[in-house]
Amino acid sequence: MGLLSDPNRRRALISLLTRLNTPICIVCYMAGVAWFMGLAFEPFTLRTYMSENAMGSTMVEERFPAGERALATGREFSAHKKRTGGMPVEWLMKTMQAKGLEVFTQRFSRTLPFPDENKERYMVRGTNVYGILRAPRAPRTEALVLSAPCSPGDNNNQAVGLLLGLAEYFRNQIYWAKDIIFLVNEHDLIGMQAWLEGYHHTNTTGMDWSPLQGRGGSIQAALSLELSSDIITSLDLVLEGLNGQLPNLDLANLFYAFCQKIGVLCTIQGKLQRNDWDSVSGYSHAVQTMMLMVMKQASGRPWGDHGLFLRYHIEAATIKGVNSFRQYKTDATTIGRLLEGMYRKLNNLLERLHQSYFFYLMPSLSHFVSIGYYMPAFGLLAVILLLRALDLWVQLSTPPQRTEDGSSPGVLSLLTPLVISHLTGVALYMLPIRFQEMAVEHFPVSETEAVVLTAIAVYTLLSPGTEQGWRVLKLVAVLYLAVLLGCTALINFSLGFILALTLVPVAAFVTPHVPKVLSAFILVILSPACTLLFSVFFFQELQEMPISFQDGWLLFLSVISQGILDHSLYGSLVYPLITLLVYPCWLLFWNILFWN
Amino acid sequence: MYFLLVYMYIKNHVYMFPDLLGCHGKCRRYLFCCFQDRAGQFFSSGHTNNWAVLVCTSRFWFNYRHVANTLSVYRSVKRLGIPDSHIVLMLADDMACNHRNPKPATVFSHKNMELNVYGDDVEVDYRGYEVTVENFLRILTGRLPPSTPRSKRLLSDDRSNILIYLTGHGGNGFLKFQDSEEISNVELADAFEQMWQKRRYNELLFIIDTCQGASMYERFYSPNLMALASSQVGEDSLSHQPDLAIGVHLMDRYTFYLLEFLEDIHPASKTNMNDLFKVCPKSQCVSTPGHRTDLFLRDPGSVLITDFFGSVRKVELTMETINLTDPIDAESGELQKEMHTYADQLPVSEIIHQKPKQKDWHPPDGFILGLWTLILLVFFQTYGVKHLKHIF
Repeated sequence: MGLLSDPNRRRALISLLTRLNTPICIVCYMAGVAWFMGLAFEPFTLRTYMSENAMGSTMVEERFPAGERALATGREFSAHKKRTGGMPVEWLMKTMQAKGLEVFTQRFSRTLPFPDENKERYMVRGTNVYGILRAPRAPRTEALVLSAPCSPGDNNNQAVGLLLGLAEYFRNQIYWAKDIIFLVNEHDLIGMQAWLEGYHHTNTTGMDWSPLQGRGGSIQAALSLELSSDIITSLDLVLEGLNGQLPNLDLANLFYAFCQKIGVLCTIQGKLQRNDWDSVSGYSHAVQTMMLMVMKQASGRPWGDHGLFLRYHIEAATIKGVNSFRQYKTDATTIGRLLEGMYRKLNNLLERLHQSYFFYLMPSLSHFVSIGYYMPAFGLLAVILLLRALDLWVQLSTPPQRTEDGSSPGVLSLLTPLVISHLTGVALYMLPIRFQEMAVEHFPVSETEAVVLTAIAVYTLLSPGTEQGWRVLKLVAVLYLAVLLGCTALINFSLGFILALTLVPVAAFVTPHVPKVLSAFILVILSPACTLLFSVFFFQELQEMPISFQDGWLLFLSVISQGILDHSLYGSLVYPLITLLVYPCWLLFWNILFWN
Repeated sequence: MYFLLVYMYIKNHVYMFPDLLGCHGKCRRYLFCCFQDRAGQFFSSGHTNNWAVLVCTSRFWFNYRHVANTLSVYRSVKRLGIPDSHIVLMLADDMACNHRNPKPATVFSHKNMELNVYGDDVEVDYRGYEVTVENFLRILTGRLPPSTPRSKRLLSDDRSNILIYLTGHGGNGFLKFQDSEEISNVELADAFEQMWQKRRYNELLFIIDTCQGASMYERFYSPNLMALASSQVGEDSLSHQPDLAIGVHLMDRYTFYLLEFLEDIHPASKTNMNDLFKVCPKSQCVSTPGHRTDLFLRDPGSVLITDFFGSVRKVELTMETINLTDPIDAESGELQKEMHTYADQLPVSEIIHQKPKQKDWHPPDGFILGLWTLILLVFFQTYGVKHLKHIF
């Protein structure tokens, strides 16, 4: 007889499972965490390599000569920006037309759901200006995009200057097989969202924009440039986009290959690569880089203007110029050459980048970990939930030693906690924005805080149920959490893993019989809101800018408000996920704890 | 034996010597002793015309070097005398007019743009998507539809020496055509056997420049084939040099050194095949070139390069006159009756006067039978057998 159909063997297996359940769960948890930490260890990673044959190696000759002129253009741009107090649209149009591009503008406007304190804006109105360099001999079917944001103050003037300089240089070459669109967007992400929506004829976020007069074909790749000083010491690559989506690894490989060829110092997450992977400090450096990437990906925010392109299956990255105190300095001509080389290689593409990985983690710019290597870490955590579910199932199917009131748990007693917790989630999702409209003098975040606290306070009043009832509810809750975390990890591994790290122990140990006060405390510590609070402090630590508790708390509140804004402005899914799905799940466990 | 061969040659090809028909005994003896000392040279190769089939099988801009390979062999072959009417050039993609080419209308084989192999007078017979395995095999075997123009046909006969050059991406036992299909070494060997049985070649030189190229000639079994490959099984053929202005590799190593070797050959060269085997040793090519001569009847040392790469017609100038005393009359022309006619490769008269084929009557096939059986069965099931008498 087979292993599972033989009743003796089955009984033995089941008794093994129930006896050793807790030890196995603890071992799995440790193994999952250890696997995750081991991902940054260099022998377990792979070196990056170019997968796309059409891009080949870096054998092009870069001849961009006009770095100084680009910087002068940037200074002119800055002067005009100060004069107009915003985007100097006429000057930009005139300059782009003088360089031989087809210039178009797009107006957009948007009223935010509540005032954004970080960027100090509420009713946003702006203009995007873009020029299209038509390929001399090719049909207008494909395009590449180079963009630089128009930021207030003194930021990113050199980026716009370099963009215009490159536009002039590119216009004189005849080897372009795709149109190149040079875009200067106002109000960074909001302007970029308006432009992309106008380009692709979609309207997912309710923004108001004028239709685009000129188009260039389907966009194959995009680069966004952020450069705020004349001389830089290193170039930083930013990959994380909206909802934790990453561009194809070949784009990062291309950037790294050109950095090595031209000899510019290149970093990822602002951290320079180290060679001593076998020492403790080298390993911790790699772990820090990887954890920064995990944190940024889990937040679901686009960390550069490129982040919004990824949703349209356009591979995009942001290149930031960093000026820190190093000896070796790079000038604008070299950066121009690097961008020229990258664009010449992207020009050779015949189809969209698809040969390399879409899901990866990078402990450094030259090493990566693909989904096949990092998913088992999450899998080990999910196995704990499944083991617990099996254990509960076994307990439910063995009849109880003594019956208490003889009635099997009714569907109603099961359904009530589910419905109530989901309604609370919906309230948490909708109320902050609604109450903001009513009470404008309060800070928006205090509304969120109040809602969360009241929800928790209210919830301690619960309905009675039978002894078996909590087991059924816990079974349902554990399976629900497993499915939820599994789906989240598939799309955004970092978010799924971080939630799993905190919620899986909660799900595993909570029963009505554990000491109430201590468990309530632990449950609150491991709730999604507190996880977010700890992540904020951890993130600041990783960036080597530790902050005090007061600043941390304010930062935490601003993170929540930014999350709500991201959701309404760009369609980020982290806020609805947490409020509508994860938070009700956590509430179910709270309910189980206080089952009487 | 030797004189017998010569005599048989003249008998078979007597149409080439019309002014000799009237010669009787004295003249024939004169004929033999004139050719005696030159015959060894003149008749040693046994071919009268040369053809070349040059194929580049890969497309896309990053395969620039394969087109450059093929065009450089085309250039050598044309320079040494084979006319365009005897060359079938197949290029799978247009590099010269590709949008990414910074120097349009050129294909360079040396970096710094020293040598433009595209030239002014290149004639491509099969271009773009017409370069398929089917078309290639149809060219070799001659099975082309009647509407195919002459420039797209290999109109060779049993006295033709053919040069076949293939380049692209390959593997162990196959060559990839255009990223969508492959030709295997067995197919190629069978195609050559078909050519031999249809007497479509006298001798054939097969050169292949791909990765693991030696696997393509392993299966040949027809006589008079000589093959060269740029690398052995398990080795990759490497590209030679990139040009940074254009941004691609320009040539493959083997063909680069082959081109350098061929640039030194002129129509009167006496270089033989053993020198060709030495082209691109391992130190230059990194891969080990291979060759196969066991199916070839002559000794490779006696085979001239120009036997395949050039189209050399030996012309003998003579200042001596021959007196034709008797006029040619019809009765003494027994030799005329033994004239052989040239086998018509393109039977135009048959094509023009073709009658439509009559279709034979076929009994209804299984489907119709089955359908009628089904109808009958259903009918009898519903209405019962007793109604049979109403029908019959």
